[in-house]
Amino acid sequence: MDTIYALATARGKAGVAVIRISGPNAWEATRLLAGKLPQPRQAGLRMLHLDGEALDEAVVLCFEAGASFTGEQVAELHIHGAVATVTAVLRALSDIDDLRLAEPGEFTRRALENGRLDLSQVEGLSDLIDAETESQRKQALKVLSGAVGKVVEDWRKGLIRAAALLEATIDFADEDVPVDVSPEVTAALTSVRASLKAELDRFSAAERIRDGFEVAIVGRPNAGKSTLLNALAGRDAAITSEVAGTTRDVIEVRMDLSGLSVTLLDTAGLRNTDDVVESIGVDRAIQRAKTADLRIFLLDGEDVPMLSPSEGDIVVRGKADISTQDEFSVSGKTGQGVQELIERLTDILIHRVQGAGLLSRERHRILLLDAFGALESAQGELCSDLDQPELAAEYLRDAARSLESLVGRVDVEHLLDEVFSSFCIGK
Amino acid sequence: MKHFDVIVVGGGHAGTEAAHTSARAGAKTALITLRKDTIGVMSCNPAIGGLGKGHLVREIDAFDGVMGVAADRSGIQFRLLNRRKGPAVQGPRTQSDRKLYRQAIFDLTVAQPNLDVIEAEVEDLIIKNCKASGVILADGSRISSSAVILTTGTFLRGVIHIGDQRSSGGRMGDKASVKLADRLLSLNLPMGRLKTGTPPRLDGKTIDWAQLETQPGDEIPELFSFKHRTPFVKQISCGITHTNEKTHDIIRDNLGQSAMYGGHIDGIGPRYCPSIEDKIVRFSDKTSHQIFLEPEGLDDDTVYPNGISTSLPVDIQDQYVRSIKGLENVSILQPGYAIEYDFIDPRSLTAALELRDMPNLFLAGQINGTTGYEEAAAQGLVAGLNAALMAAGKVSEVFSRSTSYIGVMVDDLINRGVTEPYRMFTSRAEFRLSLRADNADQRLTPRAIQLGLCGEERKRMFEDKCDKLEAGRNILQNATLTPKEAVVHGFRVNQDGQRRSAYSLLSFPDINFDQLSAALPQLAGIEPDVAAQLSKDALYVNYLKRQDRDIEAMKRDEAWRIPENYDYSALSGLSNELTAKLVKAQPATLGHAARIEGVTPAALALILAKLRQEARVKAL
Repeated sequence: MDTIYALATARGKAGVAVIRISGPNAWEATRLLAGKLPQPRQAGLRMLHLDGEALDEAVVLCFEAGASFTGEQVAELHIHGAVATVTAVLRALSDIDDLRLAEPGEFTRRALENGRLDLSQVEGLSDLIDAETESQRKQALKVLSGAVGKVVEDWRKGLIRAAALLEATIDFADEDVPVDVSPEVTAALTSVRASLKAELDRFSAAERIRDGFEVAIVGRPNAGKSTLLNALAGRDAAITSEVAGTTRDVIEVRMDLSGLSVTLLDTAGLRNTDDVVESIGVDRAIQRAKTADLRIFLLDGEDVPMLSPSEGDIVVRGKADISTQDEFSVSGKTGQGVQELIERLTDILIHRVQGAGLLSRERHRILLLDAFGALESAQGELCSDLDQPELAAEYLRDAARSLESLVGRVDVEHLLDEVFSSFCIGK
Repeated sequence: MKHFDVIVVGGGHAGTEAAHTSARAGAKTALITLRKDTIGVMSCNPAIGGLGKGHLVREIDAFDGVMGVAADRSGIQFRLLNRRKGPAVQGPRTQSDRKLYRQAIFDLTVAQPNLDVIEAEVEDLIIKNCKASGVILADGSRISSSAVILTTGTFLRGVIHIGDQRSSGGRMGDKASVKLADRLLSLNLPMGRLKTGTPPRLDGKTIDWAQLETQPGDEIPELFSFKHRTPFVKQISCGITHTNEKTHDIIRDNLGQSAMYGGHIDGIGPRYCPSIEDKIVRFSDKTSHQIFLEPEGLDDDTVYPNGISTSLPVDIQDQYVRSIKGLENVSILQPGYAIEYDFIDPRSLTAALELRDMPNLFLAGQINGTTGYEEAAAQGLVAGLNAALMAAGKVSEVFSRSTSYIGVMVDDLINRGVTEPYRMFTSRAEFRLSLRADNADQRLTPRAIQLGLCGEERKRMFEDKCDKLEAGRNILQNATLTPKEAVVHGFRVNQDGQRRSAYSLLSFPDINFDQLSAALPQLAGIEPDVAAQLSKDALYVNYLKRQDRDIEAMKRDEAWRIPENYDYSALSGLSNELTAKLVKAQPATLGHAARIEGVTPAALALILAKLRQEARVKAL
């Protein structure tokens, strides 16, 4: 029986998040992260570490087999509810051997098999089933639309082609099929692997969740940037004055937007200046603004020099309290438009988290990694001196199964379709 | 009125295996066939086995069935396909002497206790309380039974086509039974139409063998039955020739006269066994197709040209056959033809191959949309066993995908149905590395013994083999080498200080038994046969770990039986869509339910919860 883990509380920003681990290795896995375990059924405060890196401080609870929710050995990690923290701990668990992310409904299924639930409790599952269907539908729509759909379709085609060639040499050995298909299979697998790798690399959103986003406020001097920063942060982090060029260095304020960690950068106003100190500040402002994940351009009637908005940046008119324009405007002073700005910012960042590559979900990342590993093994088998295509075929089957939720089921009929359309079978 | 526990209608491969299995299971069994002398006749090519198919025959043999034994007694050219690849994908195959095969089946049938052969035409079924309870013969006499198994092949609206000529019938020369067909049709079961074809049979005396290459059998023949070691009769070679541009021109010029291309046929043919017309149209860039010239027997001059089945008119068949090298002066003994027939959508069957809408009536073979002798016989085994169990009031036997190709086939048929004649391939088995032809007895014979299907001889041989394997495995597991010792003997292993057993070393792809035996003298006591088997078992050990987990999970789910006509609507929480799917599919076990598209672990949990609750209520 596998040991499984999953977030047991709702996803998103919350005070506390609970990660549940169930199965024969539950305690052992927890020990790897938390060190010495508390007595069963007694809460213990532990620092979670992975490879020397601190992840979070957690309340750890252990339950013995036979006296737990699932009936198996269970551990619960009560951690801080920020998305970044949860993601980091889930990922640490995924790196532990013999542990895997639970399927939807799997904890309940185990609880039931071990006689830990009665029917009335199970009937609560109907919500779960609905939710699963809904999320699968959304996921499928997302995956199959647009550029991502094309990439996924290529994976599917590549896998089917490679598997079909191998199966043809196995099942139709005494027919008129090529004897050595390994060059074509290798080529097909290499291409799918490269594409999987690219997708995995693009999976930077998860890193972003952990490390947070940088958002720079830019504008001409005295546009009200510092006032806006203070309004956003809810405290006086930056000195404000009527004097243009008050902010010389970059000021950083960390804040939490819907569970996302965001660092707001207040920068020097952009203008050409003879003041040596101020011009260093301007250079730095440009530097930081360029590397930031997103820029808020605060306008005061004129365009901002030296920088222009790129796609996804927010452009907003400042000093709404003294302006008469209809366009989207804010005032750090009165708070007008600040909430709207926060919402817009949050929307954009969350969208990036979800949209950066199709691998926005930890589950997908793991599945892709599995598939990548399986394809690597398949290629290894193909290179070996032994003529055992059934082993390479086995790995391909594993890969297809890992990618099933993305590329759809690849079953024997699809392989046979490919075989029969490529080769004249039937001696 | 005479009474039998089980009546089997039809004496083909499904019928004979069904009748034998039923009789071995202890049921008083009658096999009713039109003519005794057609029992076990091979109506298509004279060969048994192959990839996937050979696995099925080995499994039938593991249940002490007849197909493997008859194939061995009549085998005239044994070849183990994929011999150079891994054991999981090796499939035994033989050419059989048609006459000897029929004779072997006949002899086995006569010798089988509990089994009567009745020569008669079954005209109708006796139906009592909506259940099949016997048959009515053409002379009006009635025979009652607890179960009836129909293995009537292509008799449902069977039509034979040669060019634009058509005649109704099953095999060439057999008459189609009308009333029985009408009875089945009146059940309004979902049906489909399929077609298949055969090539013209050639007179071997008129073939110029001298110009042709030949294909011999294996030097060391590998037989089907676990009971047999060496062939029973003389071994021969097949001839090989090829079609050419001229052949293709003749066929292309006359395509309009082909029954299939002339629009006379609507049935769907198998893609893995296309007619020569199909090959030339679909693969028009190929200028030549290979043909195997397979002798049908040792003292029979009939030759089966494998690869050129056709439904062209006789004169065109003559022309194109004679355009082929070695066949310039050939004479055709029997023209090729296409046959179209109805089949019953196997999704109307339970895992016991019983019709859900007509209890006590079992169907096996081509009538369920399959093709091939081996597929037919394997279904015969399932139906025969389950009919006998039913007659004895015992629970049915469900074959699992995780333990047999038979289970894979039945599961595919009853859950997915068929779109073309269903044939077994090794790629259909997701647990291919475990389900090997070489270990069919280890997988299935213990169960066969429990079910009482094995004769004394089989049982003794199997137990003896198991003892030897066990002893051999022990020797291998107790003989160990340190990494340093291993290197001295030339084995490349990690220098991690871990002692390794000979068994685990055997799983290394580059270490074989003979090398180990040289290093470890205590291995000398293991017989070559046993060593070979243990090597095969060891080969995949490292690949099977994950598969074993999946197999365990599947077995756990399959242990939960779902009653017939289960009321899914009583499960609050299942969506209407899912409920409809489950009602339609009628899964026999939780394992079957899990394989229905869209069924999630949560939905399974819900069904399981209800099943548990009901089981508890029953227990009280």
